[in-house]
Amino acid sequence: MPTSTNSFRTGPDERGHFGLFGGRYVAETLMPLILDLEKAYNEAKADPQFQGELNYLLAQYAGRPSPLYYAERLTKHLGGAKIYFKRDELNHTGSHKINNVLGQVLLAKRMGKTRVIAETGAGQHGVATATACALFDIPCVVFMGSVDVERQAPNVFRMKMLGAEVRPVTSGSSTLKDAMNEALRDWVATCETTFYCIGTVAGPHPYPSMVRDFQCVIGNEVRTQIMEMEGRLPDTLVACIGGGSNAMGLFHPFLDDKGVRIVGVEAGGKGVETGEHAASLTGGRPGVLHGNRTYLLQDKEGQITEAHSISAGLDYPGIGPEHSWLKEQGRVEYVSATDNEALTAFQLLCKLEGIIPALEPAHALAHVTKLAPTLPKDNLLVINLCGRGDKDVFAVAERLGMKV
Amino acid sequence: MSRITKRFEKLKADKRAGLVIYISAGDPNAEVSYDILKGLPAAGADLIELGMPFTDPMADGPSIQVAGQRALKAGMTVDGTFDMVRRFRKETGDNDTPILLMGYYNLVYQRGVERFCKEAAAAGVDGFILVDLPPEEADELKPHAEAHGLDTVLLTAPTTDDKRLPAVLKYSAGFVYFVSVLGITGTKSATEEAVATHVARIKRHTKLPVGVGFGIRTPEQAAAVARHADAAVVGTAIVDRVKAGLDADGKPKPGLTAGVLADVKALAGGVRSVSKA
Repeated sequence: MPTSTNSFRTGPDERGHFGLFGGRYVAETLMPLILDLEKAYNEAKADPQFQGELNYLLAQYAGRPSPLYYAERLTKHLGGAKIYFKRDELNHTGSHKINNVLGQVLLAKRMGKTRVIAETGAGQHGVATATACALFDIPCVVFMGSVDVERQAPNVFRMKMLGAEVRPVTSGSSTLKDAMNEALRDWVATCETTFYCIGTVAGPHPYPSMVRDFQCVIGNEVRTQIMEMEGRLPDTLVACIGGGSNAMGLFHPFLDDKGVRIVGVEAGGKGVETGEHAASLTGGRPGVLHGNRTYLLQDKEGQITEAHSISAGLDYPGIGPEHSWLKEQGRVEYVSATDNEALTAFQLLCKLEGIIPALEPAHALAHVTKLAPTLPKDNLLVINLCGRGDKDVFAVAERLGMKV
Repeated sequence: MSRITKRFEKLKADKRAGLVIYISAGDPNAEVSYDILKGLPAAGADLIELGMPFTDPMADGPSIQVAGQRALKAGMTVDGTFDMVRRFRKETGDNDTPILLMGYYNLVYQRGVERFCKEAAAAGVDGFILVDLPPEEADELKPHAEAHGLDTVLLTAPTTDDKRLPAVLKYSAGFVYFVSVLGITGTKSATEEAVATHVARIKRHTKLPVGVGFGIRTPEQAAAVARHADAAVVGTAIVDRVKAGLDADGKPKPGLTAGVLADVKALAGGVRSVSKA
C-alpha cells in the first residue's frame, strides 16, 4: 500500500489493509474460509471465462450499460453545473446491488457452495441476492433487521416471491448492523457449504476490494459515456454512502484523475449535531467491527452506537474501509445530508425529471442541490442514481402525512 | 511463569483436567456478578474467563448476547471489569486462579492496546481471549501483551487445518482454546470422538495445554472432554443459570449466586471424576 503516491488505486495490500483500515478481524473458524475465498476470487478475476460470463449477465440479464442521462431540467433549475445522472436505478432489481451480486453468486457457484446468505438494510441487496439465487437455483437466506422488515415491506415480499427465506433479526437495534451480525453467526456454523454474499464494500478482506471491483462497472461506463457525450472527463462526482458500494463503484476508476472532484454524501439523519445520524466519517472514529477496521459510530469505550437515517440502506454505524482511507488521504470529500433534505430532494426529482429516486441517492441529490449552483455551467457533474424509489413510496407517504 | 502456566502445571501434577468457567462481567449487575466471581474458585473453577460485554458479539449465541446486554444495561464498563478483578485479588487473597478477559477487540483498541494491557495487568488479569483477533491481526496485540506478562490465548477451530495451525500457535501463550464445533457459543455440542481427534491433532503441533469449549453444558459432557483435553470450558450453561435466577423484571432472585455456584460444583465434579494418570 503506497502511502505517498502516484496512485490511489493500488490498495489494499496483501493483508487487506488500506493504510490503517480494512484487515481481517474475524473468528478463527471463518479465517480459513476467508483465505479460500480470496484465492478463489483472485483466480476468477484472472479467468476470461468467468469475466465473460459475468459480462454477459450484466448486459443481457441486468441491462447494462445503464444510461448516462443529461438532467436538463434539474440543471436549469439549479442554475450551475451541468448535471448527469448515472441511471443505475434502471438495472434489473432496481439498484446497483445486482452488479456485485451477479459476481459473487457466480463465484459461489464456481466454489461449489450450495447455499447463499446475505444481510440487507433497505432490502435492495436482499432482492438482488434472491434474484441471482433464483436464476442459479441456489437456496438463499436473507437476514434483515425487524425494523427494516417493517419499513421496507415491498422488498420483503419481493424476496419471498423470488424464493428466498427472509429471517427478521430482533437483536440489538434490529437494523442493518444486527442483520450483519446474524449473517456472520450463521456463516460461522455453515461456512463449509455456505457463501456469504456481502452487499457493500465492507467486511473482512477480500470483501471490500472484491465488491469494489464488481461495482467499478459503474465508473468505467461513466468514463466511456462521458467521453462520447462531452469529449472529456467529468469535473465532479457525487454519490451517497451507507457502506459505500455505489460510491466506490463510481469513484474508484477516477481516483487518479486529479482534476475530478469527488464527493461522498453520508446520511445526516436528524442532523449530525443531534447525534441521531449515520454519518460514520463525519461523526465517528476508527474502530473494529464486522471484520474490518474503519470509521464507526461508537461511544467512548468502543460500544457501537445506533445509527439513524430515514433511509434503511444508509442506516449503518460503519463504512467501507477504503472510504476511511480516502478520507484520511484527503482524496474524497465526505459530507452529509439530513433526512429532511433528502425528502425535499426526493420530491424535487419526481417533479422535475419524472424520476422517483430511492431515499439513498436522494441524499446525494440533496447535496447536489446545494453544490451545483456554486459551480460554473461548464462543470460536468455526475451523480449516481443508484436506486429507484418504488420501495420507499410508503415510507415517504407516511412521512409526508399522506395515505397510500 | 504466568499464573495460567502455573495452574496447568499444577493440574498436571494433580493428574486431572481443569474447569474453565465463563461469566459475563456485570451480569446481572456489578454486585451479583462479583459475588459469583468470588465464589468460583471454591466451587471448583480452575481458571476464569471474564466476558467483557460488547454491543455486537458476533461469535456468540443468544444466551451470551443477552447476558452482555443485561450487563451493559446495568452499567458495566471496561473500568468496571478491571475493578472486579482488582477487588477479587485484594479481597479473596487468591493470587493463583488465572483470570482471562474474553471479548471483542474494539474495546481493547479504543482504550489503546498498550494502555489496555498495562491496566489489565495492574488489575490482576492474566491473559486475553479476543474472538475477532485471528493470527492475521494478532501482531497488534502480542508485543504489548508480552511486555505486561499477559498470555494471548488464540482460538483454533475445526476449520484450522494442520497447515494453518502453526500460524495460530505462533501467537498463542498460556493455552490453546479449541472451539469444538462450527458455530456460535451455546448452540451445538461436539462428539467425544471429534474432540479426541482434534485435541490429538493440535497436540502434535504444540506443548501448550489445550482447552476445549463451545457446547459443554453438563458434568457428563465436561467429563468426556476432560478425558482428552487439559481443560473444559463452560460458558453458556452458566450464563443461562444466571438468567434463570432473575425474576420477571430482571431482578436477581434470592439464591441466584448459590444456584450458579452449585452448577459449577457439579461441573467440577464431572471434570474431576476423570483421572489423567
